[in-house]
Amino acid sequence: MRPAWSVILLTTLIGAGQGLLLALFAAELAGLGGSTLFVPGAAASLALLGAGLLASFFHLGRPERAWRSAAMWRTSWLSREVIVLPAFMAAAAAWGAAHWLAQPTLALGVAASVLALALFVCTGMIYACLPFLQEWRTPLTVVNFVLLGSASGLTLASALAAWLAPSLARPYAAAALAVGAAAYLGRLASLWRNAHLRPKSTLATAIGVKHPRIVQIAQGAMGGSFNTREFFHGRPRELVRAARWALLALVFPVPALLLVSGHTAAAFLLQYVGLLAERWYFFAEAKHPQNLYYQAIA
Amino acid sequence: MTTKQLALVIDLNVCVGCHACVTSCKEWNTAGEAGPLSDQNPYGADPSGTFFNRVQTFEVGAFPNTETVHFPKSCLHCEDPPCVPVCPTGASYKRAEDGIVLVDYDKCIGCKYCSWACPYGAREVDMEQKVMKKCTLCVDRIYDATLLEADRKPACVLACPTSARLFGDIHDPESEASRAIREQGGYALMPEWGTHPANHYLPRRKTGKRLHPDELERHDNPLKVDGLLPRPAPDAPALDDVTSW
Repeated sequence: MRPAWSVILLTTLIGAGQGLLLALFAAELAGLGGSTLFVPGAAASLALLGAGLLASFFHLGRPERAWRSAAMWRTSWLSREVIVLPAFMAAAAAWGAAHWLAQPTLALGVAASVLALALFVCTGMIYACLPFLQEWRTPLTVVNFVLLGSASGLTLASALAAWLAPSLARPYAAAALAVGAAAYLGRLASLWRNAHLRPKSTLATAIGVKHPRIVQIAQGAMGGSFNTREFFHGRPRELVRAARWALLALVFPVPALLLVSGHTAAAFLLQYVGLLAERWYFFAEAKHPQNLYYQAIA
Repeated sequence: MTTKQLALVIDLNVCVGCHACVTSCKEWNTAGEAGPLSDQNPYGADPSGTFFNRVQTFEVGAFPNTETVHFPKSCLHCEDPPCVPVCPTGASYKRAEDGIVLVDYDKCIGCKYCSWACPYGAREVDMEQKVMKKCTLCVDRIYDATLLEADRKPACVLACPTSARLFGDIHDPESEASRAIREQGGYALMPEWGTHPANHYLPRRKTGKRLHPDELERHDNPLKVDGLLPRPAPDAPALDDVTSW
């Protein structure tokens, strides 16, 4: 698949925003921290979600009709995401505002946390529900969206705490290390799984000719088409390999070293870069079966 | 299974890869009421455009034992279309009355998710209108009562010079399309995904001539006067040494 920056930014930014809010509410439940951390933290979470939402509009051909996309929530995970995302933003804003105004916050925090987890599931299921994108068709996709988002949120919480509530910086860093390690293991598992996949579709099933040797001679168009642009990343193999190395280094090992040495802000920024590489690779490595029909131009 | 399911049956044994179905499809649908199928840079170095139907060519086997297969590809109007439930706006839908999968261009937001959900690559974004488009089985033509009955077929079917494309209701066992699927080994593409495509393909096969007795003797011979000609006498005049006249 061709990695679309709008979707890469959307999924990484809202993942960090959801993870941050979950981290903040976890501290509140543990009886740690206070409004000096929670109010700016909720604002930062909302800013990330708003930026992600803005990025998502650039994915649409007709953004002025985006409101229609809440219609089919019964069948479409994309539609469910479109509903849950603003609901979560509203809950997060209400939770932050309640802290600011010194109102009861527990119910709002529970609602925001449930919606944050639901949003992770919706985002992951958008990819995991497509049966023939075999690289995505696994529970690991959803698990990784939850863990990677939570890990980046915890790293950001550690950076915010170092600035606003120093006593919480170490516990957050420890939690970021634990969840980050789990996320890294999950991502390694999916990389290993995808490296050993056997494609279910072949040219023989694609055109229904039962012969082991079939070669495409022409795809019906001499120039490109939507099919040749949308489903191929079109980048050199070296870049794909570089993206995988970037994700392997920056999603966890490098940020872990920075967290341990106390450079929490740098840890978050580098981890975010690693997540951009991770998401780019997530799309680039997915092989769509329609590509079987587009192997040769002429 | 009792409701109608319109579909194409494409005979790969007959298709010669002339692309007449491609051009007639483009002509009909770009001129239709749904607006043009836009092209970008059509006469330039890097042309691109929206098409509902393409003819691809594959070579099967290794030289010298090769066979060329021309393979027209368009939306297969799956009976269980994976592109429909993923659409967040309901712009993609399958019509209950005839099974055609359609896109409502006024509702589509151009998110391209349905194209990801189609294993056949049957959907394309129109780069000008920014909405998803695909084969409609010429839905604006097949029900047009102002056309002659024989013309109420998709443009590609009417254009095919070798009659490689059949059009009909595959849920009606007596339709030409159903009979062709049943009697000539019609199959679906990528059956492994359970999409149950309505469009079927007829395989390449050896063409031989089988003569039935009623083809040697006149079939419409109510008086039974046709029969074997009398054998000529050995000394009867002949055009050559074999036949008498």
